[in-house]
Amino acid sequence: MAVRSLTLEVRRGEVFGFIGPNGAGKTTSMRILLGLAAPSDGRALVLGRPAGEVAARRKIGFLPEHFRFYDWLSATELLRFHGRLYAIAPADLRRRVPAMLDLVGLSEHRDKRLRDFSKGMLQRIGLAQALLNDPELIFLDEPTSGLDPVGRRLVRDIIKAQRARGATVFLNSHLLSEVEITCDRVAFIKHGEVLESRDLRAAKGEALRVAVRARKLSEEALSGLSQWASAVRVEGERLTFTVGDPEALPEILRFLVGRGVDVYEVTPQRTSLEELFLQIVGTDGGL
Amino acid sequence: MGAWIMAGVTFREAARKKVLWMALAAGLAFLCLFGCGIYFELKDFGAKSNPLMVREGVSAFIMVGLYAVDAIAIVMTVLTSVDTLSGELASGTIQAVATKPISRWEVLLGKWLGFAGMLTLYVVLMVGGVIGVAYLMSWRTLGGVLPHHVLRGAVLIWLECVLMLCLTFRMGASFSTLTNGVVVLGLHGIAFIGGWIEQAAAFTHSPRALNVGIAASLIMPSEALWRRAAFEMQSPILNTLGFSPFSAISVPSGFMIAYACLYMILALALAIRRFSQRDL
Repeated sequence: MAVRSLTLEVRRGEVFGFIGPNGAGKTTSMRILLGLAAPSDGRALVLGRPAGEVAARRKIGFLPEHFRFYDWLSATELLRFHGRLYAIAPADLRRRVPAMLDLVGLSEHRDKRLRDFSKGMLQRIGLAQALLNDPELIFLDEPTSGLDPVGRRLVRDIIKAQRARGATVFLNSHLLSEVEITCDRVAFIKHGEVLESRDLRAAKGEALRVAVRARKLSEEALSGLSQWASAVRVEGERLTFTVGDPEALPEILRFLVGRGVDVYEVTPQRTSLEELFLQIVGTDGGL
Repeated sequence: MGAWIMAGVTFREAARKKVLWMALAAGLAFLCLFGCGIYFELKDFGAKSNPLMVREGVSAFIMVGLYAVDAIAIVMTVLTSVDTLSGELASGTIQAVATKPISRWEVLLGKWLGFAGMLTLYVVLMVGGVIGVAYLMSWRTLGGVLPHHVLRGAVLIWLECVLMLCLTFRMGASFSTLTNGVVVLGLHGIAFIGGWIEQAAAFTHSPRALNVGIAASLIMPSEALWRRAAFEMQSPILNTLGFSPFSAISVPSGFMIAYACLYMILALALAIRRFSQRDL
């Protein structure tokens, strides 16, 4: 059984990351939510309707992990075909297809057949077909796989733009650095069960441990730090302290420099999503 | 609406992948060869035989041509459609379509309509081509030879191809491409040998062998449709010559034709049911 006792709630308008080791049940969960697979027990609601219902699919966009389609179609033909499946009016489609190609950076390749597309280009056109209907909910399964750094940046920007217009994004990705930058909330899944959910926005406002490489650290500067920071430690040129509000960091730096301290490097010691992943999921993998 | 969109893309796929054009080119080559055969037959045999014999000879030639068309159309139907469901299921291509706001039955029915449209075009061109070529070639010497009940025969050949299509879709909804092809052509093989057993049994008056042949037709009624088509189209004189691939001694009944129609409807319905319920 790929998924069991899976309880998941995704809020409207958020970018939700679904992460876990290989074989954890991420893709199976997504397939159930999309109606591609039926659960043996339990129920799944998507946008308040049973998963897989045609009415719910009208408001959904989906990018599969390895987007493949009829390779004899051109990029424009592919989007027109999917637009017709979404029942988009022909006049709207004539406007939306070039706009989508422009959005994913494929305008120059509008008449090129998919068989001549690279993996990254296929991923981009797959993203375009997923956004064609201005979906309320977008499922992205490994959207940046096969993309170069420019492509990844593009996908990040598109996800942000979708969130800004109020869409919900359900992101399944192995690239934790991408998830960390993009997602508002994440759920960790292993052996088909959600182990924990975390609000990454809240984490961004939490107390922060900071390491500073500096010289000419005076007693006056160190004692003055206590008005913002706690647990102040000095080891040679390495100064570490904890700030309750990370927004105070620029002021602290101005203070130190004002007291004659030479600052060479400032590094926030935030727990990365990868470290968090290993803490929660463990190092044994999910197989 | 969704079904028509799928039908359109299926038809365009065949055209774009050159399947349609290659099939038509092969068909044209077949008709040219067939025309040459009739032309020389009429030139050599027609000049020294009485017109009645020549007319029967042309009729027999037409039946040979239609028998070949029937066999080619069946193979074309299976080969072109065998990969459409199982291939897209295996590659994951179907996921991008199945997550769009159309029902799965529309996806399957649309694909079926696309292929049914293509095979209709093919059968019309090939059956029409064979009959048309024979008519034109024999027009000057015999005033044109036409088979009996052309339309009835053509519809039965078409039904046989549709039956093969329905079965290919049913198997494609469950099995891989290779398994699908093996099962469908294997079943047609059963129907083919069953038809011969039935013909031979009718010739030798063996009721038990006849029942074996009928049972084979119930398992797979494709060959029964051809034999009924041959019976409808062949000339009465040829019918007395004994059994052959393009004539029928044991003529499949109207019930068998109705059974074949029910069989194809059931196969398509089961294909839709299986495709709608399975994980993609």
